[in-house]
Amino acid sequence: MVEEEGFRRYVAHIILWIGIAIVAFPVYIAIIASTQDNALIANGQMSLLPGGHFFEVYYQTIFVGTSGSTREPVGNMMLNSLVMALAIAIGKIAISIISAYAIVYFRFPFRMPIFWIIFITLMLPVEVRIYPTYKIVADLHMLDSYAGLSLPLIASATATLLFRQFFMTVPDELLEASRIDGAGPVRFFWDTLLPLSRTNMAALFVILFILGWNQYLWPLLITTRDDMQTIQVGIRKMITTTDALTEWPIVMATAVLAMLPPVFVVVVMQKLFVRGLVETEK
Amino acid sequence: MANVTLRNVRKTYPGGFEAIKGVDVDVGDGQFCVLVGPSGCGKSTLLRMVAGLETVTGGEIDIGGRVVNQVEPADRDIAMVFQNYALYPHMSVYNNMAYGLRNRGMAEAEIKTRVEEAARVLELTSMLERKPRQLSGGQRQRVAMGRAIVRQPKVFLFDEPLSNLDAKLRIAMRVEIRKLQRRLNTTSIYVTHDQLEAMTLADILVVMNGGQVEQVGNPLAIYEKPATTFVASFIGAPPMNLMSIHQDEIKSQLGDGRASEAGILGIRPEDFVITDQTPAGGIALPLTVEAIERVGAETFIYGARAHDEQRIAANPGELPPGEIIVRIPGTEAPAIGEKIRVAAVRAKLHLFSGDGRTRVEA
Repeated sequence: MVEEEGFRRYVAHIILWIGIAIVAFPVYIAIIASTQDNALIANGQMSLLPGGHFFEVYYQTIFVGTSGSTREPVGNMMLNSLVMALAIAIGKIAISIISAYAIVYFRFPFRMPIFWIIFITLMLPVEVRIYPTYKIVADLHMLDSYAGLSLPLIASATATLLFRQFFMTVPDELLEASRIDGAGPVRFFWDTLLPLSRTNMAALFVILFILGWNQYLWPLLITTRDDMQTIQVGIRKMITTTDALTEWPIVMATAVLAMLPPVFVVVVMQKLFVRGLVETEK
Repeated sequence: MANVTLRNVRKTYPGGFEAIKGVDVDVGDGQFCVLVGPSGCGKSTLLRMVAGLETVTGGEIDIGGRVVNQVEPADRDIAMVFQNYALYPHMSVYNNMAYGLRNRGMAEAEIKTRVEEAARVLELTSMLERKPRQLSGGQRQRVAMGRAIVRQPKVFLFDEPLSNLDAKLRIAMRVEIRKLQRRLNTTSIYVTHDQLEAMTLADILVVMNGGQVEQVGNPLAIYEKPATTFVASFIGAPPMNLMSIHQDEIKSQLGDGRASEAGILGIRPEDFVITDQTPAGGIALPLTVEAIERVGAETFIYGARAHDEQRIAANPGELPPGEIIVRIPGTEAPAIGEKIRVAAVRAKLHLFSGDGRTRVEA
């Protein structure tokens, strides 16, 4: 990289700092607001410095919940979200790596039509097929369950395509060497293809976990019980109150808590897949 | 230890393309067989058919007295070294070699003995814990060899194993492979497009072209008596000079008896001498020197013959018509543009039929 000198470098840095401020300010406000007294916020007298209610607000948020709207502790919502996001991410990776393996390495009747059918489902996200999907989930008595939350979102054309592209770059000689070494299809998949796909799986996991964590419409539709709702749905419900004051510190604390797992996943997994990128050689 | 016998082996792809058009080869126990030919001649396909990586659509492949047409690669008791080595990138050198043995359910102690023995032979002992990417090309090549050795198979198969190495290393590894094969005395089939590798390694040389065997035999015998013009120009570098006989100059020198049967005359570059005399029954040609290559121990003279209009079937590696290469020892050579006369004795002449498909004995 070319080092910019003097004035030009300062200009670049100033522009970057302005950008960071614009992005980070709302997050800062959320953190600050989660430590203030609700009355102050409601009066519009919130200061931009941290207030003194940090522990009591977060304790109430995680273990008790709001007094009015949802009455569900956010800790439980986070658990629901976590189970859903993990199930979606792991399920998608498992299903799509297996289907990509079948498509790339096996010759069977209607292989290409099947590939195209998978490909076409890219055009049918949950929002488009929401009524039939809801009907099926309801008929299978999966409303208000983890299975109902995650199963319909697991099938993934994107991840299948990604693994297919990756598998096609793996040299055929590796498969042939495995065959001569006495490894059947399952052994080859397990001993060679999976370890080689680690980097791809880590990258996909980051994307898919965040995708799953941020689901809103689908959980909103199929969960009615408060103890099954996810954090994204919970935040929305907390804000709407009929005749009481919105408990803003709790809402903001929930928002901050909702940000933590994705941040954690990105930070941890990024290290893992950068290491993977450096290690893998093709 | 085993013989490998191919009986009328054929390969036709579903599209109708015939890659192997009936090959018969018999490789004796412990022999080193080299398949050589230009790219696309089917030599790799044939090797992969022996390995079981390609189906056989006709004929029989027999390894150690057992027809293996329908046998899985792992059960054929063969080991293969690939052109790009095909090492498992995520496994250590040790595990690369041990993988095939583990899949066979061999005891870990026995695996350890075998891998360490192979590593010692191949001088890989200090690298057993490394990953393939931490090795140089030559070392990877040796790991690939090690993976084949530890299996103690009946047959080694090599698919152009040296073509990814630089020239010096290639020569060193060539010698190593030969020594190793002699020591283990394992039947081997080796594919290459490099005629020098083929000549130096082979007990039996199989020259292939267009999915067919052109000639099988001892490398020197093939060199001395090539059966077709293809073999003549493919084996030997620089290639044999081939010229049409239906020209007065050559025809009159050969005499009517032989010239009437044969259509093409071949003379190896090193069989020419620069001289004013014409040996009895031999051939003398006037040349104009066009280019000179001095490589130290020897010198190549490229000369043009006057009035050579007729074209001979163009095979890969063949000279353009009318051009003659002469190879002389030392560095003394005529000047460019000089007119010289080169001659070859009768015993060094090769005669072929007009289509180049058969050899005509003088």
